Amino acid sequence: MLPFIFLLPLIQTLILVYAASFDMKEIRLLIIDKDQSTESRNLQQKFIASPFFVTEIRHEASNAQDVIISGEKHAILYIPKDFEKSQKRQESTELQLLIDAVNQQAAGLINAYTNNILRDYSGNLKLEQGLISEKNLSPINVQKRYWYNSSLNYKHFMLPGILVILVTIIGTFLTALNIVREREIGTMEQINVTPIKKWQFMLGKLTPFLIIALFDLSLGLLVGVILFQLPIVGSLVSLFVFALVYLIAAVAMGLLIANEAKTQQQVMFTVFFFFVLFVLMSGIFTPVESMPQWAQAFNHLNPLYYFMRAIRMILLKGSDLGDVVPELISLGILGTVMFGVAVFRYRKLS
Amino acid sequence: MTNDKIIIVKDMLKKFGDFVANDHLNFDVHRGEIFGFLGANGAGKTTAMKILTGLSKPSSGEITVAGYDVYKSGDTIKRNIGYMSQKFSLYEDLTIAENIRLFGGIYGLSRKEIKKRSAKILTQLGIEDMANKLVGSLPLGWKQKIAFSVAIVHDPAIVFLDEPTSGVDPITRRQFWDLIYDAAQRGITIFVTTHYMDEAEYCDRVAILVDGKMIALDSPQQMKKAYKKQNMNDVFVELARGKRFFEKAPNNK
Repeated sequence: MLPFIFLLPLIQTLILVYAASFDMKEIRLLIIDKDQSTESRNLQQKFIASPFFVTEIRHEASNAQDVIISGEKHAILYIPKDFEKSQKRQESTELQLLIDAVNQQAAGLINAYTNNILRDYSGNLKLEQGLISEKNLSPINVQKRYWYNSSLNYKHFMLPGILVILVTIIGTFLTALNIVREREIGTMEQINVTPIKKWQFMLGKLTPFLIIALFDLSLGLLVGVILFQLPIVGSLVSLFVFALVYLIAAVAMGLLIANEAKTQQQVMFTVFFFFVLFVLMSGIFTPVESMPQWAQAFNHLNPLYYFMRAIRMILLKGSDLGDVVPELISLGILGTVMFGVAVFRYRKLS
Repeated sequence: MTNDKIIIVKDMLKKFGDFVANDHLNFDVHRGEIFGFLGANGAGKTTAMKILTGLSKPSSGEITVAGYDVYKSGDTIKRNIGYMSQKFSLYEDLTIAENIRLFGGIYGLSRKEIKKRSAKILTQLGIEDMANKLVGSLPLGWKQKIAFSVAIVHDPAIVFLDEPTSGVDPITRRQFWDLIYDAAQRGITIFVTTHYMDEAEYCDRVAILVDGKMIALDSPQQMKKAYKKQNMNDVFVELARGKRFFEKAPNNK
């Protein structure tokens, strides 16, 4: 059990952070070039030179669909005949881009990357043809800067989220399993005939899992800093204070579930249900602000939501406890109520 | 409260839905005696014991344990009783010494007292050198003996033993009963359920349960005399068979 508690989180951090990356590399693109002109080859070169694409050129359009259906290619760019000719005549030309959009997220990225290259290409074209001057290549020139994650490193965004999941598994899952296991093997009954107070027992269950989870959080942070150059902008004290409050809520959730479940199987099922629900709604992948109103309202009851928000604010933005006071208070109330209900619902019966 | 009656049960009824597990039981247990609860599996022994230890609530009836009402003073009763369940229930991943310390602590014994009593238990069982062995690694018979010693670590007024010797060999059972006698000598009342009829002979008084009803309560000697039998096994067979034949058959089926 001990290696399980300490090794699995490590593996989880290592694997999930890489796996949950949204960056797309090696987009398999098929260019069907019906024109076979200098201009069409210029355009091909742009794609070949891009680090995001693995490009293959064909001159026949036969079975274009098949390569998408079989998954051999992610996208097809069709360059029609007269591509060069119409450019010479300064007419507008149409290209066709077919994208496998089963994964809409990936499709959106492919579209954006492709469009960037095409825009670049057509801008240069207009410049060459003297249609526009360098100065107004683009009418509005935006100077953008990404704050708090300047290199748009997706791993830095995901890692705090993974850490939240990690401590939740320890806090909620292990606690619930532990208590139900005691019920199954009979030690619980032995405890229940003793004069031990309900809160004493609950506190005794809370404490060790709190410590293990905080240890695992430190371990995860360390892995993040060493392997993923995770920036820790804010103070670790703020983070751990928040984590402590969060874990009381997480463990209380485990205690609540253990009270109602009779077997380990029931615990597994119940925890898994809430876990998936809470994780997906917490904003780990998608911003909570873009969720419907009812979902945002629901999130007030979701302990993961508060921690997910706060850990990113503290680690990436450098927010301190003062900035997350509303989250801290809500979470504290939620945790206290859940722990209270857990103690209240716990019956010292067999 | 009568001083020599440590458990008083009047009209105890326990129902699970339509099933009557304890059908209006009436009995007293005297201070310092070894009281046996006999019956086949499913006769309602464990149910009754769970009510007396506060692990289960009766449907109705008046029940006093160690001078306290089970409805009102559950936690006070718990301080005054010990319990050893059918399922072995020490922590297998703790050592013998750790288990004693844990339960001693829960019963509010001081560190010094725990140390003293641990040493006494280990000496009594002759396992001084095994204090730091994990309980899970021990043979069942040993575990049972340790569990019993832990159940009375706080010197309770009564100890409840739910089929404490099921699954152990005859020699260990004999040794276990030596421990029980020893505890009784120290003034602890013993309430024990069993379905081994030879063990019934060791009790001061036994109650026989069949299908949730108590059909006999007396000393083994008196019972054998009354039914003219050589041993308790024959008494039990006679009683249980009679019960089934006369009462259950015409009414229920």
